[in-house]
Formats: sequence, C-alpha cells, structure tokens
Amino acid sequence: MTDRQRTPRLTLVICSLLGLLLCGLPLPRALDVLRPDLLLLVVIWFALMMPRTGGLVYAWIAGLSLDAFRGIVLGQNALAFVMVAYLVHRFHLRIRMFPLLHQSLVVMSLLWVYQFTLFWIDGVTGHPLTDWARWLPALTGALLWPVFTGLLGRITARG
Amino acid sequence: MAALREPGARYAPPRISALGLRAIVLMAVSIGLMVVDHRQHELGAIRAAMSAAVWPLQRLVHSPVAAWESLSSALASHRGLLAQIEALRSSARENDLKLLRLDSIAQENARLRKLLNAAPADAERVQAAIVLRVDLDPLRHRVLIDRGTTDGVVRGQPIIDAGGVVGQTTNAGPMASEVILLSDPTHAMPVQIERNGLRTIAIGTGDASRLALPYLPRNADVQVDDRLVSSGLGGVFPAGLPVGRIAEVRRDPSQPLAIVSATPAAALDRDREVLLLWYRPRVALPVNEPATPASHEARPKAKERSP
Repeated sequence: MTDRQRTPRLTLVICSLLGLLLCGLPLPRALDVLRPDLLLLVVIWFALMMPRTGGLVYAWIAGLSLDAFRGIVLGQNALAFVMVAYLVHRFHLRIRMFPLLHQSLVVMSLLWVYQFTLFWIDGVTGHPLTDWARWLPALTGALLWPVFTGLLGRITARG
Repeated sequence: MAALREPGARYAPPRISALGLRAIVLMAVSIGLMVVDHRQHELGAIRAAMSAAVWPLQRLVHSPVAAWESLSSALASHRGLLAQIEALRSSARENDLKLLRLDSIAQENARLRKLLNAAPADAERVQAAIVLRVDLDPLRHRVLIDRGTTDGVVRGQPIIDAGGVVGQTTNAGPMASEVILLSDPTHAMPVQIERNGLRTIAIGTGDASRLALPYLPRNADVQVDDRLVSSGLGGVFPAGLPVGRIAEVRRDPSQPLAIVSATPAAALDRDREVLLLWYRPRVALPVNEPATPASHEARPKAKERSP
C-alpha cells in the first residue's frame, strides 16, 4: 500500500523538478516566447489523473517554487496555480471523460486563466506587460497536451 | 426567495466543499504573501532561503552552457589563441597610453576639486560576475548573475560592462542576484547628452538594441550620434557612465515632443560577463522633492522594487 503510494509521489516530484528546469532552459528568443508552461501542465495532469497525489497544496508549492525561480513577487504563480488546480480538481471526473481534442481545448482555457491571472497581478503590482506574445504559451501548451498526457500516462503506468 | 422558504426553516449558509475551502485558504495565503512581499518587503529571510533553494536548479540549467564554453576554450586552436593574444596586447598598449593621460588628469581633477572645496570623486569598486544562461521571463529583460549578498551585492546596484551601463540589481539572493536590463519596458534611468548636458530619461522598449527618450521637446538640441551618459541623478548610477548613442531623431510638427531613440552602449543581449559597481553617491539625494528629474527616476524605481 505504502509502496504504491510512494511511487507516484516520487514521479510527481521528479516531473515537477523537470518542469521547473525546462521553464528556465535557455532557448533562442523566437522559441522562448512559445515555451509552454510545462510545470503548470504537470500540475494539471496530476490534478486530473491523480487528484489524491497532486493536491492543491502541491500546486501551491509548485507555483511558489516557480516564483522563487523567476525572482518575481512571491505568491503570484502560487495563486494562479491554485486557481487552475482547483478548477481541474472540481471537474476532473468530467474532463477525464472528454476526447483528447476536447481535453486540449479545456487545457488551453485553463492556461489562459493562468495567464490572465498573471497579467492581472502584473497590472496590480505595476509591471503591466501588454505584449500579445504573452498569450502564446497557452496555445503551444494546448498543442502539446496530447503528447504530454500520453507521455506522463506511460511513465506513471510503468512506475 | 424568502417567501419560498418553508416557514420556520433556519437560514442555511451556502455550503463550501473541503476542496473549495482549501483553495480559498491557499489563495488567501498567496495574496497575503504578495502583499507583504510587494508592499512591505519584509520577506527578506524567506526570499533568501527560497532563492538559495532554487540556486542549484538554476546552476543546473546553466551547466550545459558552462560546459560547452569550457570545452570550446579547451579546444581553441593555437592560431586563434595567438590572434587573441595579439589583439589583447594591442588593446592593452592603447589602454596603457590612455591611463598615463588619465593619471595626470585625475591628479589635476583632485587639485581643482580641492580648490573648489568640492567633495572628492566617487569611490568605486568593481567585481566581475557571470551572467547565468537561465531564461527568467521571455518578455521581460531580466538576467541572473552569480553574485549575491555573500559578495556584498545589494538591491539597486549598478551593473556595467565594457561598453557602458547594463542595468541594476532588483533582487539580491545569497548566491545569485537578478538584474533588470536597461531595455526592460519597466526600466527608466536618468541620462544626459554628453555634448550639451541636456538631461532626460531613457526608457527601455523591450528591444535590446533600442532605448526610448520620450520626454525631449521638439526643439531640444539633440542630434543623431550624440553620446548619452548617466547623469548621476536618482542615486543608482554614478554620473558619466556611457549609456548609448542617439540613433534616431524625428520631429513631427504636430507633436510637442520629439521622437528620439538610442542604441545602448552595452551589449545587453550578448554579455556573458558583467561588472558590479560599488560607489558612494557624492550628494545625498532629496527624498521628497517633486519636479526634479530625480523624482522622475524615483517613480519607475519605486515600481521596480519587486519585479
């Protein structure tokens, strides 16, 4: 019982660390604006498929570590992550049943919720950024979702 | 609704699920953190601990680049090294010559200052830092350097490179600090046109090769190729550091202000090493004096406090 619980936890931690690293990986500028929010995708996946392993507190910690990593106002990503994770938790049984294309669309709207929260907090704290390119990662994240969910499903199934 | 309720039924508050409750608590904690961090800056210890915790990760992200650089320097060709040595030698010769002249000028300057009863020039200390190849945010011009509070770095410290001003530190962790570049859209710095001493503000545009000078009137004496230096107002940057060169001046008769842009003197998007500068501001700055260029600088600075 404990073994079965520990393995997904370990996978969760490793996936989150990888997601965090990929958020900072140096990329050429043209690709950098397209970089999907991989850490958030990890959070969404675990909230969707393993809501007992990846709870809201996990989402909060993941967001907080992203804040520390990027050196922005502490709590900004944490708030947005918790909001998205709550939405996923609330509807996870429904979203799981959706076909993959439909699921991608849901993920895209979740990523947009995330970006909009960041955008809003940026405005409140006085660093508004009105470049249209800031909405692109949601699109690439949604495009990546089918591959991503397949990959993570494989990893956790094997573990 | 009240009429539909059964008579005698007690009012039942809307039920909140455990999940919703947890979400609300966590969101409230996040908002509290943000407020404390952004308004009061009282999270120094927590912030330091967290930035120390993510430091190995940031180092790990940088490591492939560092490995590649050390590999390419280990495999540099003999001929290339010779050429590099020759180039460095010739630049050292030129610099020696300049330094000779500078020494006499510095002495003369000190003598004149004494005559004028002015305070001595800024005391300065520099330290090199490596720019880590960690992408912080694609749309903001921030970089991470490998020096922190253990090396004496503080917030709001000027960063320069061989060409000129690069930016300032916005956040100093124990091992690493974040630097906002001149070209960040939320950065502004007080500058001066070297030719005639005209003071204005240079604002980042989000483009690493362009700064905007939006506050110059249409009839201002500014020409293409004028050199921009820091004016020393605002208290972050010492006076006289090269900032850039005017690239474009457009005067639209229907507009009260000229459209002026400059190219930065520093290699903002190509730097691998930068210099941290410690200096003592010569003049204590007025704190709440409106309508000076210093207050112009103070406003974007204030916004800049916690990015």
